[in-house]
Amino acid sequence: MSLLTKRGESVSSIHFDENEILKVARLAQLKLSPDEALELSTQLKKVIDHFDEITAVDTTGIEPLITPSEIEFFSRDDVVVQETTTEDIVANAPDKMGNLFKVPPVV
Amino acid sequence: MDILNFSFTEAQAALKNKKISAKEMVQFYLNRIEKINPQLNAFLHIDQSALKQAEAVDQKIARGENVGLLAGIPFGIKDLLCVKNMPTTAASKMLKNFVPPYDATVVKKLKMADVIIMGKLNLDEFAMGSSNENSHFGSCKNPWNTDYVPGGSSGGSAAAQAARLVMGTIGTDTGGSIRQPSSFCGVVGIKPTYGRVSRYGIVAFASSLDQAGPMVSSVKDAALTLEVICGQDANDGTSSNKPVEDFSQKINTSVKGLKIAVMKEFHNSDLIDSDIRKTYESAIDSLKKLGAEIVEVSVPMTKYAVSMYYLISASEASSNLARYDGVKYGHRSDFKDLSSLSLDEFYSANRSEGFGKEVKRRIILGTFCLSSGYFDAYYKKASQVRRLLKNQFDDAFKKCDVILSPVTTTPAFKIGSRVYDPLRMYLNDVFTTSTNLAGLPGMSLPYGLSKDRLPIGVQLTAHHFQEQKLLNVAAALEETSLVKNEKPHVY
Amino acid sequence: MSTNTENIFYRGYEAVIGIEVHVQLKTQSKIFSADSTTFDAGDNENTSPVSVGMPGALPVINKAVINYAIKAGLALGCKIREKSVFSRKNYFYPDLPKGYQISQYDEPICEHGEVEFDVNGKTKKVRITRAHLEEDAGKSNHLGQYTLINYNRSGVPLLEVVSEPEMHSPQEAAEYCRTIRSIVRYVNVCDGNLEEGSLRCDCNVSVRKIGEKKLGTKVELKNINSFRFVEKAIEFEIQRQIDAIDNNEKIIQETRLYDSDKNRTVSMRTKENAQDYRYFPDPDILPIIIESSLIQKMKSEIPELPLARAKKYIEAYAISKDEARQLTEDLELASFFEKVGKLSSDYKAAASWILVEFLKDYFEKSLTLNDLNSLKNPVSAERLAELISLINKGTISGKIAKKVFKDMWTNAKSPTEIVSSQGLVQVSDVGEIEKIISQIIATNPSQVAEYKSGKTKVIAFFIGAIMKETKGKANPNIVNEILTRKLSE
Repeated sequence: MSLLTKRGESVSSIHFDENEILKVARLAQLKLSPDEALELSTQLKKVIDHFDEITAVDTTGIEPLITPSEIEFFSRDDVVVQETTTEDIVANAPDKMGNLFKVPPVV
Repeated sequence: MDILNFSFTEAQAALKNKKISAKEMVQFYLNRIEKINPQLNAFLHIDQSALKQAEAVDQKIARGENVGLLAGIPFGIKDLLCVKNMPTTAASKMLKNFVPPYDATVVKKLKMADVIIMGKLNLDEFAMGSSNENSHFGSCKNPWNTDYVPGGSSGGSAAAQAARLVMGTIGTDTGGSIRQPSSFCGVVGIKPTYGRVSRYGIVAFASSLDQAGPMVSSVKDAALTLEVICGQDANDGTSSNKPVEDFSQKINTSVKGLKIAVMKEFHNSDLIDSDIRKTYESAIDSLKKLGAEIVEVSVPMTKYAVSMYYLISASEASSNLARYDGVKYGHRSDFKDLSSLSLDEFYSANRSEGFGKEVKRRIILGTFCLSSGYFDAYYKKASQVRRLLKNQFDDAFKKCDVILSPVTTTPAFKIGSRVYDPLRMYLNDVFTTSTNLAGLPGMSLPYGLSKDRLPIGVQLTAHHFQEQKLLNVAAALEETSLVKNEKPHVY
Repeated sequence: MSTNTENIFYRGYEAVIGIEVHVQLKTQSKIFSADSTTFDAGDNENTSPVSVGMPGALPVINKAVINYAIKAGLALGCKIREKSVFSRKNYFYPDLPKGYQISQYDEPICEHGEVEFDVNGKTKKVRITRAHLEEDAGKSNHLGQYTLINYNRSGVPLLEVVSEPEMHSPQEAAEYCRTIRSIVRYVNVCDGNLEEGSLRCDCNVSVRKIGEKKLGTKVELKNINSFRFVEKAIEFEIQRQIDAIDNNEKIIQETRLYDSDKNRTVSMRTKENAQDYRYFPDPDILPIIIESSLIQKMKSEIPELPLARAKKYIEAYAISKDEARQLTEDLELASFFEKVGKLSSDYKAAASWILVEFLKDYFEKSLTLNDLNSLKNPVSAERLAELISLINKGTISGKIAKKVFKDMWTNAKSPTEIVSSQGLVQVSDVGEIEKIISQIIATNPSQVAEYKSGKTKVIAFFIGAIMKETKGKANPNIVNEILTRKLSE
């Protein structure tokens, strides 16, 4: 299979191996053990091989569909409304200082 | 007075005629939950304020005030919808301790209709699954046979409704999550048109597919619930301004002259097992007898529905679930010392511990589909095929009013029997996912029983915003349902 | 590349600069939620479930944001897209509550614009690639052992104006930024306050050998909070990059922060492998469809812009190019000038009074240009015009006018009232002036002789004496005329 993509490289074949899985997992901020990576790559390879069936459909000139039903666009008036308090917003924080959320040092 | 089998209308009448108080009704159902829920694990949270809510409704009635359309009716809410000051977990370790300071719009509307919120119902983690086995808080069980799954992701809603632990429930449906468990548990479930019901306050799985809807005991109860929860919401830019009809009053059970279609691709599917086919064909026969015209339509792109569905829903989910990072709320790993931690270590520990296996699988699949080099081949391609699918449905509905099909390929399956093969699990969604992809309203109506005494539903699908047509056909079929007088084992 | 630029070279290299200006739109509420946008709120006070990304919270676009973007886009010469789309830019960072930023990717609201400005007397045009809407992130306070996050700024509306990389000197870059600021302030969509971050300039700088076609590796400069620093930071960066290349070091694509105390740029984070942002259309937000009637309405609300205004000043009012540029940089100032000019019927005098006398005193009162046409300004356009008219009518001299002008800042009376109450009316009575002159000529024969012998400079002595006698009120033109006549008799 050879797919030309708008975002750059041409994909000659999908190497959905452990390395690819680990690369994607890093993007998604998920940590995988070697066993998990192996299991996932095997499963997802199978899944994606099946999903590749859609490449058979000719979609030349077809605009992608995002919102499937006809919905009229609307916007909000520029008015300030406060329905929650600062305390409501920070109440679920795992770690905070005063009303600020606390995270590791970001350099 | 048969409180256990009250329809919403009967309950309303009893309340207004002061034959029963809301408090008595709620107490009745609280007792049932206490007694029966341990066998089913349908409730993740039972709310202590239920009796107080009921008292407030009783006081309104006593003062002669107008009460809402569903006053005093005990409802269970899928734990994917935020209810102010109640835990909202999405059945995930990630949100185990999360208590939202706001109501989902659906919940707000139910409260305005004076519904009693009894608690939160089990589901597959973040609504990802079709068996309720992916819940951090354990599987929910099918009341017809507790060795079997109730379906998913709205398994808790289906089980609680089937066992009548409440009078009504709310589920959500991204690729079949209302209709499939409704079929597995023998309840009436509707996924409305995309845009009919506000998504505000519903933990997002796949934003272009998610819709909430009723899972209840009858077509009329479903219609009443829809009247309450539908409508445009200023907090959801994808909610439609289409007027909400008085669905329940407009129900017309005459199907004479209506064109009911079977869809070639589903009708001829060799995936359908014999119990399902039998039920499905008897529904066709009934409709014929009732005077409907049976026609055939073809929607060839449904062939790719499962692939499209998983590519699109996983892509959207990978982004929707990025907010669970352990900063503002949600699970945070037990770090000894923040100061020596890198951001990557921080995020990946929080997220890897907080999410379950299926959720991680989909996040990785979705991240992959959106990533550089694969976007066009997967996300974009699937979205293009999605348009073709929608166009074909548009054409099909020029030839018919409602499409009739099976909901699933088999009745409920045994707990633990399919968890090890994700692809096989995914392919099960073959009949339900096209509805979401095309944004159509869809419904599951209990219609038959399998050899193993498990309920089987039939699926009705209509064109955008044609919920009334669904309800009309369903109400007609409901009379002829073979499972009408059957009760689950746990009841 | 634009051809209208003078060649600016550095040690055999050419600099290429592109700029992203983040324009904070001055709405009351945020782009996708109803939280306030006030600058000085308490910690996490301006937040809501939407702006901290709570589960199930959804964005709904603010109408004013769309209108402001259209207005700014038109003023920047852009085409407004009939359909524009919000996309999600996915990455993890603590100040980004949803794990993605809602931005615009391949269908931005405005594109293909151009601005024009003068640098060192030459006109420079810079094309604008696009101007897209996005939400701002929160703010991180770094405290060594940990970082604290405040989401007040999360969801504040930004219009990111992206230029083509076609500037070649720090001066051009700074002038470009000033021009953008001036325009967005003109159309009243941004307060342009660099210190409060309501206008942020990120500069992409690269260098290449003269004649080289290929662009060098670009470095993004951030944290620049004045136009002077835009110049300094770019100047430093150009030299740093040339030094590096001359030392056979590779330029790495990175973000560098400008440290104004030490006047240098320091590396922030290296983008070893470019981030994969996984942009895709945000399914929570329908495409924005903009009807031409709305564009027309916004167009009608746009005042005459600095460039056109300056041209008019030069051509119709005979104002110098430099004065015109200064007067048009700010709309309030331009309006003030036009009012003074119109009321006094003397635009030239108005320009010079405003730029030479008025603004110096005005800023000393710690007033801002926003107050110029308000009651806060003690010297209103009407009064300044009145003062100029008094001079032009010959009621007072220019010298007396300066004295009256100083009084106007503290005196509630009009210039006419000040002049009359202090008896400053110019003496223009020819008979009276002639009498005084005759007297002075009579009492100073030696100076008269000096004048007649050709030492005409001595005329200053006579004028001084006359002014002393009249307390400076004699009309200088009449004095001049009579004096020269009498001395020549």
